[in-house]
Amino acid sequence: MDIKWNALGEVAAVAFAVGVAIVVIFSVGILSWSVRRPEGAHYGRESTLATAASGLCFLACAAIVGYGIYLIVPQFH
Amino acid sequence: MGNWSFLVVAVVITALAFDFTNGFHDTANAMATSIATGALRPRVAVAISGALNLVGAFLSTEVAKTISGGIVNDSLITPSMIFAGLVGAIMWNLVTWLLGLPSSSSHALFGGLIGATWVGAGVKGVHFSVVMEKIVIPALASPLIAGVVAMTATYLAYVITSRGNRDQVGRGFRAGQIASASLVSLAHGTNDAQKTMGVITLTLISAGILSHGAGPPWWVVLAAGLAIALGTYIGGWRIIRTMGKGLTDIESPQGFAAETSATTVILASSHLGFALSTTQVCSGAILGAGIGRRLAEVRWSVAGRMVLAWVFTLPAAAAVGGVAAAVAEQGTAGITVVFLAAVAVAVAIYAISRRNPVHAANVNDQPTTTVLPPPQASAA
Repeated sequence: MDIKWNALGEVAAVAFAVGVAIVVIFSVGILSWSVRRPEGAHYGRESTLATAASGLCFLACAAIVGYGIYLIVPQFH
Repeated sequence: MGNWSFLVVAVVITALAFDFTNGFHDTANAMATSIATGALRPRVAVAISGALNLVGAFLSTEVAKTISGGIVNDSLITPSMIFAGLVGAIMWNLVTWLLGLPSSSSHALFGGLIGATWVGAGVKGVHFSVVMEKIVIPALASPLIAGVVAMTATYLAYVITSRGNRDQVGRGFRAGQIASASLVSLAHGTNDAQKTMGVITLTLISAGILSHGAGPPWWVVLAAGLAIALGTYIGGWRIIRTMGKGLTDIESPQGFAAETSATTVILASSHLGFALSTTQVCSGAILGAGIGRRLAEVRWSVAGRMVLAWVFTLPAAAAVGGVAAAVAEQGTAGITVVFLAAVAVAVAIYAISRRNPVHAANVNDQPTTTVLPPPQASAA
């Protein structure tokens, strides 16, 4: 029997790191997006910062999705 | 040149039928949580999933080189054993669909082939150590890995967004779900349609219709892609209900976490060389997402039935495949008998399913799929 425990461990570690990272980044993006204009507040520097932060997070997620499509489609590599 | 015997035609038809059941079994993997949270309307969800499965079928050029990946001795397999194995797999897929239980289509196919080979060529044709390596260990590891990732991700998603505006957070995660569910569908199309193409192509090669080492002809790619896409579009509503509503009550952050975890586990497994089962990864991720949200209710009885179905998938498909092989080996008459029996069972299962149908309009109404209608409905 030839069970590739190393490969299994690698899959588990990579999936954990990447999966949790995407969800965390996306959650931070959503949080910044949702608090960027708190009720009653004027659109100051804080809201601009929050908007920028959420944009950055979503961009990072889009990049990871792009890499996912690259991995799925064999013609790309 | 070889010729189109009755047997070859029977194998091609059953392979496409298997592909079709594979499609409606696995729609739930990609779309169940998006449908449950309302990220996508049910019809839209299955249409997207069907289209991406079709696209996936055309994208994947690398068709399986062996029918079983070494689980059985491929040199001993005859077309009639392939036929019997496919019948076993289809029967099990239909029974689990009727009961609304997600189960792995590839395990059903391997089970059917193991049973057919065992009966047709003896126990020496089955490589049990490969069964351990490629089926048993992945079956234990898949839900565990996906579950832990989804649980952690769900917990963090709730902690991070707890300060945010509830409505906006919900909307954001629902939007994210559309992307993650689509990726699952695309990955599925590139993997699963390929299996059917492999089975048909290898059968055509063994019948002498194609030369050795030939790739699948265009009509095989088209037919396999259409079969899986159609199965996906018609939608396994019974299984979607179990996965979206039955295991746990899914909110959009959980749905996003579950789908993202499932996608990462599937992609990691297919690119780091340790194959995991898509169905088990997705079910495990949904359970993990259920545990990761505090106070979320996980219906362990439903989860238990699902695990029971996983345990029985291989032996049950093997039993049917074995019986079918014993009959089919008797020649054209035997194949005809198996074929007609399979059609009869399929029609019967469909008829039973009509007693308590599950469709796009009522898929989210109840948590579990039952064979008989609920008592109050039948009282009238």
